[in-house]
Amino acid sequence: MKISRNLKLLFYCLIFYVIIFLLNRYNIINDYILHIINLSLVYVILTVSLNLINGFTGQFSIGHMGFAAVGAYISGIFTTLIWKINPSNPINYLLFFVALIIGSIAAGIIGFLLGLPTLRLRGDYLAIVTLGFGEIIRTIINNIDYVGGPRGLLGIPKFSNFTIIFIITVISVLVIRNIVFSTQGRAFKSIREDQIASELVGVNTTIYKVYAFTIGAFFAGLAGGLLCHLLQIAHPTQYGFMGTIFVLVMVYAGGMGSITGSIIAAFGLTFMSEGLRLLLKWIDDLTPNFPVGIEWRMVIYAALLIVIMLYRTEGLMGKREFKILVPEEEEK
Amino acid sequence: MEKIFNLQQLINGIQLGSIYALIALGYTMVYGIVRLINFAHGDFFMIGAYASYFIILFATLRGYHIPVVIIFLISMGAGAGAAVLANRIAYKPLRYKPRLSALITAIGVSMFIEYIFSALPVIGPSYRSFPNEQFIESKIFTIGTTTISNYAIIDVLVSAGLMIFLTYLVKYTRVGMAMRAVSQDKDAAKLMGIDIEKIITITFIVGGAFAGAAGLLTGVSYPRIFPYMGILPGLKAFIAAVLGGIGNIPGAMLGSYIMGISETFATSYRSLLGEGIAFAILILVLLFRPQGLLGETIAEKV
Repeated sequence: MKISRNLKLLFYCLIFYVIIFLLNRYNIINDYILHIINLSLVYVILTVSLNLINGFTGQFSIGHMGFAAVGAYISGIFTTLIWKINPSNPINYLLFFVALIIGSIAAGIIGFLLGLPTLRLRGDYLAIVTLGFGEIIRTIINNIDYVGGPRGLLGIPKFSNFTIIFIITVISVLVIRNIVFSTQGRAFKSIREDQIASELVGVNTTIYKVYAFTIGAFFAGLAGGLLCHLLQIAHPTQYGFMGTIFVLVMVYAGGMGSITGSIIAAFGLTFMSEGLRLLLKWIDDLTPNFPVGIEWRMVIYAALLIVIMLYRTEGLMGKREFKILVPEEEEK
Repeated sequence: MEKIFNLQQLINGIQLGSIYALIALGYTMVYGIVRLINFAHGDFFMIGAYASYFIILFATLRGYHIPVVIIFLISMGAGAGAAVLANRIAYKPLRYKPRLSALITAIGVSMFIEYIFSALPVIGPSYRSFPNEQFIESKIFTIGTTTISNYAIIDVLVSAGLMIFLTYLVKYTRVGMAMRAVSQDKDAAKLMGIDIEKIITITFIVGGAFAGAAGLLTGVSYPRIFPYMGILPGLKAFIAAVLGGIGNIPGAMLGSYIMGISETFATSYRSLLGEGIAFAILILVLLFRPQGLLGETIAEKV
């Protein structure tokens, strides 16, 4: 009997999970590294969902963290309230999932509303509107005292752990992969390649663009919810323009229109970012008379972005995928 | 609260609008010619502010007296130099690649400038107060209940002067004619013997110089500078350019004044509202008039 590729994929995921879990259990990798892995997994969701909008549908959106903020704040408020009622209630975890879903749906609705203007705008103008949208979300959050305003939402219970984040990430990536390799996915790609031509062959570009935005926003909201329950804080600056740039760099470094690339880039860049922190600390200790600030981390990050764009415009993977992520029906 | 509309806010708005206009002109010119949203433009503005800051500091330390015009020229030169460098290193190799990769590169350049300024030990991430009294002593004129500082008058006059210069440059000189030709049709302009790269460089020089001048004016009027000071004014000026119709020079001026005035009124109503109002205006404009107030609709070619 031939094992189907999907089963194989799930099997690899399980092995990855068990290895990380055991390594952490026997303290071979400490909680700090596990935390970075958790962060990377959240970034995988963010990157893949942004890739769905930017890479597969070709709609240039730079307000992605705005959706994540919606998901984070809504689910965060919800769980904080639950926590206040009874911190040791056994159904709290169930309510946490409900909160995540509510936050994601809210983000999806916002994505739908933002998707509507994309009917008229393309390219640079769309980029600016999405950027403006992200900033509006931030301004609104800053102005609401109930969620802490500029202080941020504090005291969110720590519900996200490696197991939950891992399962949700795998599900999200698989759902997005299935969308990408379905009829809808073909419609997305046709819009990216040539909007007018795809309209002429009967693709309803309006509906598909809004659809891509809604799905992307939904998963961004999910990632935001996970992130705020991991860090136990939701802060407006986290979800500002710089946050989106982080995710955008991952999408571009991995390759526009490659799920594999997004996953690799999310892991690679999150680890690189933390590694640079350690490296700079080490250099700083080495040269006490000449202080090296942590800002150099971002300088290197920015330089990396420029170099990627100049010398490898299509990113690490281009539009290619690892075979394991491609459904068997796709290769004929 | 009792009087939302008053003359004081109008004057403040016009002052702010003049500064936005100088930045917006650079945005709109570069967009008109290269079709690139130059995100790093706000950082040329920051570089201009820092250049004049260090020059004024140096002059007061040594007791030199440097004429105001020279300081202006230095900050304009710094802005222009940064713009030319960014164009040469980052934008030129991507000229014939997809436009969005140039946009991402522009974001990268912007981040790079901001963080390298805050990482360099000489400059650092902290706020610095701009020595505006050493530049020109402040005077305040009172008319009824309204006060006008001489800084506001300088801002408005300098930006009006530069705008007149730009209009002259674009409308009545050979370089301006070449600029208009390149913005209309690059290939045809090349066939007519116009050196496109030279025109693009000149555009970046003019845009960067205007941004540098705006940096100096901002430092003088709102005396607080820091490496990230360019982000928000840059975005708002860009929105002003879109509001007026991007690629359109009078549109950029009109949009900037509208932005400046509406922002001061919103801020006087509630301080945190001022930031969001710009983006709200932008979205409204793009929904109902995507080509901007003075822009022309361009038919899409297949």
